[in-house]
Amino acid sequence: MIEQKLKKKNEFVYFALRNKKLQIGLTVVLFFLVLTFIGPLLTQNEPFAYVNPGGAEPPSSEYWFGTTFFGQDVFAQFGRGLRATFLVGLIGGGLATLIGVVIGFTAGYRGGLVDEILNLVTNIVLVIPTLAVLLIVAAYLEVRTIFTECLFIGLTAWPWAARAIRAQTFSLRTREFVDLAKLSGMKDRKIIFKEIAPNMMSYLFMTFILQFGGAILIAATLDFIGLGPTDAISLGLMMQVAVLWGALQLGFWWWFIPPGFAIMAIVGSLYIMNVGLDEVFNPKLREM
Amino acid sequence: MSLHVENLALYYQTLRGDVKALERATFTVADGEIMGLAGESGCGKTTLGNGLILLTPPMKFIEGCVKLDGVELPIWDMERMMPFRYKEISLIPQYAMSAMNPTRKTGKMISELLESRGVSYKDTLPELKRRLDLVELSHDVLNMYPIELSGGMKQRMVMVLSTLLNPSLLIADEITSALDVSTQRAVAKMLVEFRDRGFVKSVILITHDMSILYQIADSILVMYAGILAEKASTEVIIKSPRHPYTKLLISSLPEVGVKYSEKKLTGIPGSPPQLLDPPTGCRFRDRCPVAFDKCLEAPPFIELEKDHFVACWKEF
Amino acid sequence: MLKLDNISKVYKVGTFGGKELQAVSNVSFDINKGEVVSLIGESGSGKSTIGKMILRLTSISSGAIMVDGVDISTLKKGELRGYYRKVQGVFQDPFSSYNPIFKADRVFSILRDELFPEVNGSEWQDRVNKSLEAVGLNPDIVLNKYPHQLSGGQLQRLLIARALLLDINLLVADELISMLDASTRIDVLNLLADLKSRGLSVLFITHDLSLGYYISEKAVILYRGCVAEMGATEKLFGNPLHPYTKMLLNSVPRLDKKWEAEAVELETEAQAKQSEFTGGCVYYGRCPIADKELGCDRCRPALLEVDCDHFVACFRYGDGFGGVATP
Repeated sequence: MIEQKLKKKNEFVYFALRNKKLQIGLTVVLFFLVLTFIGPLLTQNEPFAYVNPGGAEPPSSEYWFGTTFFGQDVFAQFGRGLRATFLVGLIGGGLATLIGVVIGFTAGYRGGLVDEILNLVTNIVLVIPTLAVLLIVAAYLEVRTIFTECLFIGLTAWPWAARAIRAQTFSLRTREFVDLAKLSGMKDRKIIFKEIAPNMMSYLFMTFILQFGGAILIAATLDFIGLGPTDAISLGLMMQVAVLWGALQLGFWWWFIPPGFAIMAIVGSLYIMNVGLDEVFNPKLREM
Repeated sequence: MSLHVENLALYYQTLRGDVKALERATFTVADGEIMGLAGESGCGKTTLGNGLILLTPPMKFIEGCVKLDGVELPIWDMERMMPFRYKEISLIPQYAMSAMNPTRKTGKMISELLESRGVSYKDTLPELKRRLDLVELSHDVLNMYPIELSGGMKQRMVMVLSTLLNPSLLIADEITSALDVSTQRAVAKMLVEFRDRGFVKSVILITHDMSILYQIADSILVMYAGILAEKASTEVIIKSPRHPYTKLLISSLPEVGVKYSEKKLTGIPGSPPQLLDPPTGCRFRDRCPVAFDKCLEAPPFIELEKDHFVACWKEF
Repeated sequence: MLKLDNISKVYKVGTFGGKELQAVSNVSFDINKGEVVSLIGESGSGKSTIGKMILRLTSISSGAIMVDGVDISTLKKGELRGYYRKVQGVFQDPFSSYNPIFKADRVFSILRDELFPEVNGSEWQDRVNKSLEAVGLNPDIVLNKYPHQLSGGQLQRLLIARALLLDINLLVADELISMLDASTRIDVLNLLADLKSRGLSVLFITHDLSLGYYISEKAVILYRGCVAEMGATEKLFGNPLHPYTKMLLNSVPRLDKKWEAEAVELETEAQAKQSEFTGGCVYYGRCPIADKELGCDRCRPALLEVDCDHFVACFRYGDGFGGVATP
């Protein structure tokens, strides 16, 4: 009987390891993740330290990614920036997933009035112009940390997840094993967590990955237009400063291309991973 | 028209190997015959039905020869089968009712289908309307979306659609299963009427419901675990079957007029074998009440009497 | 033991719930101890809805369901557990009744966690084994397996075994065997009939008349949420009175005689679109013996006893009185 359980898990692992999209996506993301940890260790320079009196210089053996307009080591900034990016993805994306899951499950399972109310809330949050709100918030908060940014993203990015999870819960709730659980006297909350959620594990996992990537993208956008954290360095902030100080006109490509490319690569790989995971979990999509 | 199948074998490709879904299938369907293809789930009847017209992966063609009116059908080649499909040989698939595109009005769907075959919708419209009248559907259904029609109406619609170009052979896969009793009867009778009026020449009716076959089929082919067990005229199969499986199957069917308290019916203990690695010899021997040592060798499908084929050593 | 008293179920449909769909209208019948009653109807007849109302999976719009004298709509959430020790259900799709990611025998452990937490491990295992044997399953073969490793017949029997663990009085079997193969159907059916001797009552919901005839003492024929005819099975099938019953019996494909040549009245598009009735007998549109003189298009006939244990709802019987005018 243990073999059977292993067989089922192995089936997923088997397909996961062989899925090209998953392989490529995962490799890229892991590469950047590793860079997050060892990057700052590879250079002694602090990101904000003015190490190069010559100002902006293209990449060389001393400064791998060159230096900024102010003579700061781009690579040092890059390493730290990556860290912030992943943090936002994890916490911001995680928070959005959590809220989306709770609301989605409740709305999908209960239906009726509860569903209507939660739907209303979801739609309102969806429609709020987040940029406008953020501008107002930014005007009040002079100091913004990364965690503020995470919080903001988490509180505004959840509607899509909630909708998707609600739909899935709806379809699962009409299955007869849910009726059977009710006939055994199981309470509603227990049914959601013990019967319905485990069936959606793959779906929840994929939702989280999407939120992760989405959070990074939102954060990069916010940073770029100047609404990012005031006390840290992130890839988006790097790009913002670069463009602000004329890197585009002056041709300092090494300043904004690495962070921009990194964001594109990470988010893109996450989405590709998601497609790959869909194939792994859904047998009908697999090519034989 | 006549359909002649010789030694057909079709497998399914899976991760764990090939599932031997159909082997050594040899039979003939005569002109104007409604042949019922009966058996339980997993016996290979849908494989056979679909394989004749739409052999797509994971189904794999292994060997065999299929001849329609003397012409060999290249069923393994999707491209070369195109000219035959819908014109010579047509299919009403299982769950046809839910196979209609919900975003298209039925009339539009039909016209698209016809155009894709190079047939003008305008020219066919009068005939289409005549057939709609035949199945008691008003012409308004052409302007409706599938969701507006009831189950029975959709089934009749699909029947008209599949036979519009007068194919020689129609394969109907479980067309009565999801219907109410009254609609079931109407649809079954409609099938006979289509044959009588020449819209189709012959029909292979795939179903697990023997009683429907008794009502409208001319002959019945019983399948078990991918192998042909018995084929004979309907009267003979129902009243005097010879294969042990057929006998047990017929006797396990409840009838109005038979009560548990008066006559307890029995089923067939056990379950059909897994076809990934089917047992050697006769595939029914594990459940057969009269199996003996010769059954370790697969029995051939032999004509014992005129038009009565059986695959059982005990009957030879 | 079970008494349905004028049960109705109304669904709100359409945008903002403007329209109403009457799924069940004024249905009454009862089931005695150790009796099997067949609830026969086609799709749209409301038979599954009645089953769900008895199992309290759906609310009752009006009327009362009494089990052993207790109106079940008065039971609060806490009392439901006690109710489920007496009444259980088995549904149509064996593969949908099991959570696919868990093993099949988890249905037993759920039962234990919720309703029998005080029973210790080995005693519970004993009870489970006894239940399995009572339904003809070998514990060594069916335990510790995933649902996709077992056959439909085994899964349905497992569900019956689960119901038996509770020593129930009533089993609601909703199309229990329609998804099973012909050769396993009869065995599961026989099992249900055997359980009668243990004092179990069964509400057998089906669309198949021959199954209903085989196993039950009483039958209730439903059409569009109303009872058309009901009574002892032999009387009902031997002497059908309601035109719908007659039509059903004529249309059921049989192995001993062929269909008669006459045409059958089919549902038209107009009737298919209709989701509510404005009054009048629900069968009026298809009835070959409908008569405006008798009021078939204006009033709904009441269920009258025309013979001992044989009830019909049709104006042609019962002297034309007793029609219930609907608002």
